[in-house]
Amino acid sequence: MAATHLADRRRNRRLAADAGLLAVAAAFVLPLAWVVLSALDPHADLRVKAPDGITLENFDAILTSEITFTPLLNSLILCGGATLLTVVCAALAAYPLSRFRSRLNRPFLLSILFATSLPITAIMVPVYALFVQVDLIDTLQGTILFFAASQLPFAIWLMKNFMDGVPKELEEAAWTDGAGSLQSLTRIVLPLMGPGVAVVTVFSFVMMWGNFFVPFMLLLTPDQMPASVSINEFFGNRGMVAYGQLAAFSIVYSTPVILLYVLIARRLGGGFALGGAVKG
Amino acid sequence: MNRRSVIRALPVTPALVLLLLFLAGPIAYCAWIAFTDLQLTGQAESSFVGFDNFRTAFQDAEFLNAVWLTLVFTVVSSLIGQNTLGLALAALMQRASKPVRTLTGGIVITAWVLPEVVAGFLLYAFFRKEGTLNALLGLLHLPSQNWLFTLPILAVSFANVWRGTAFSMLVYTAALGEIPKEITEAAEVDGAGGWRRMWHITLPMIRRSIGTNLMLNTLQTLSVFGLIWVMTRGGPGDRSQTLPLFMYEQAFQNSMIGYGTAVALLLLLVGSVFSVVYMRLLRTEV
Repeated sequence: MAATHLADRRRNRRLAADAGLLAVAAAFVLPLAWVVLSALDPHADLRVKAPDGITLENFDAILTSEITFTPLLNSLILCGGATLLTVVCAALAAYPLSRFRSRLNRPFLLSILFATSLPITAIMVPVYALFVQVDLIDTLQGTILFFAASQLPFAIWLMKNFMDGVPKELEEAAWTDGAGSLQSLTRIVLPLMGPGVAVVTVFSFVMMWGNFFVPFMLLLTPDQMPASVSINEFFGNRGMVAYGQLAAFSIVYSTPVILLYVLIARRLGGGFALGGAVKG
Repeated sequence: MNRRSVIRALPVTPALVLLLLFLAGPIAYCAWIAFTDLQLTGQAESSFVGFDNFRTAFQDAEFLNAVWLTLVFTVVSSLIGQNTLGLALAALMQRASKPVRTLTGGIVITAWVLPEVVAGFLLYAFFRKEGTLNALLGLLHLPSQNWLFTLPILAVSFANVWRGTAFSMLVYTAALGEIPKEITEAAEVDGAGGWRRMWHITLPMIRRSIGTNLMLNTLQTLSVFGLIWVMTRGGPGDRSQTLPLFMYEQAFQNSMIGYGTAVALLLLLVGSVFSVVYMRLLRTEV
């Protein structure tokens, strides 16, 4: 009697929870529905509505080198270069921090942790002023170096946590065989922490791909602009805003990061490795 | 330090050089030019002006307006919005059926993964006069209005909730998953209702995750620029101009790099305080 009562209550609770979640989902899905429907709509405007017929015109119109391919290529060079630099530096730095005891480890890690939470937005004005002085303003390499530096604290922190999870015994065998640190790192440790390296790589790349403020401040020449900045052109100089094209561009520009996220989320069994890492 | 430990520490060098040159360098430079009258153009040399920029700031009605709006933005979107909604979603997900859980999680996380500027455009379209929100209100025969004009700071706050809730949801999902089932079940058999279980058992058990989440949300919210820039440019007038947008306007529209940097330094100091508190929280946890 008491048991069926409890089961009934559980079922009711599940229905209530489902209803609650669906209500939130409905609210959250509206802006997403707008972007998908408008991209396919020949007469898109600002509200969610059934398209007046389905068309690929909007995609056709934006898939030109000026509007889409050059900015995406710029994004790729910028974020790809900076991610590579970040991951290499983070892996190198994490190795001694994870493997050897030193008096300097703790202060270094505490500074890193402190730096992960600094608002990078706040230092962009001085970075701009500094870059003007040292002639790095409006250069891809300058922006790549800054991107890498701004992402490094979190990347080192994550990488070290993942590396701590790889048992030391295998390397100790390699050391006795005369392998150096660098060899142990590249041949033994990194292959064993593949998912960890993937998380750091994807996370850094996704953060940079979506970042607007850094390239907006440090790059000036329109030809060099990544997609995150060039997307504003739809509003600025082209006169009437073509919302359908804006929506189509948003989809093309967002798809890579969504796919990358799905990729790592799958690989980690849907679990939230980043949440765990953020918690320490 | 002996030779061996120097060699062992060598791999840290590239990261250290990058961090010193491109992160510590700008912060030090920030602390210096905040005390000068450096301008964007047409000025050969800047001079040291002491605390003038800060004095100007605290007498500047626009600055105080930006501080107030930053506070509203942070409290509404981060402390109340993302945090509470994230916790509610995580709690509901524990009880909901799997398809609903997957669907909702997927939608909320997509909003989070989208690039900041795209999220800005989507919510700009949503809140515009001709946008979806007013269309819905029209269906319900409620009065519509131009949200980006009448309540710009609330519109950008809701936009930030839309974009940022997934993070809290994921943190709380992980935290709730760690509570042993026996504890909540025992309370349930004892007849404790849902709200009482939440208040007396669940919340105390995840209080550290709550602290961590609040800190990270706040720090993230303090540095939001692109979302607001795309939706309102800080306007109309300065009615959604939070500190990062104010700083940008002073430095580039008004060419006052020194003044803009002084504001940046204040923002950095507030961020540092939160950062130190966050580290404290982690230390008790680790």
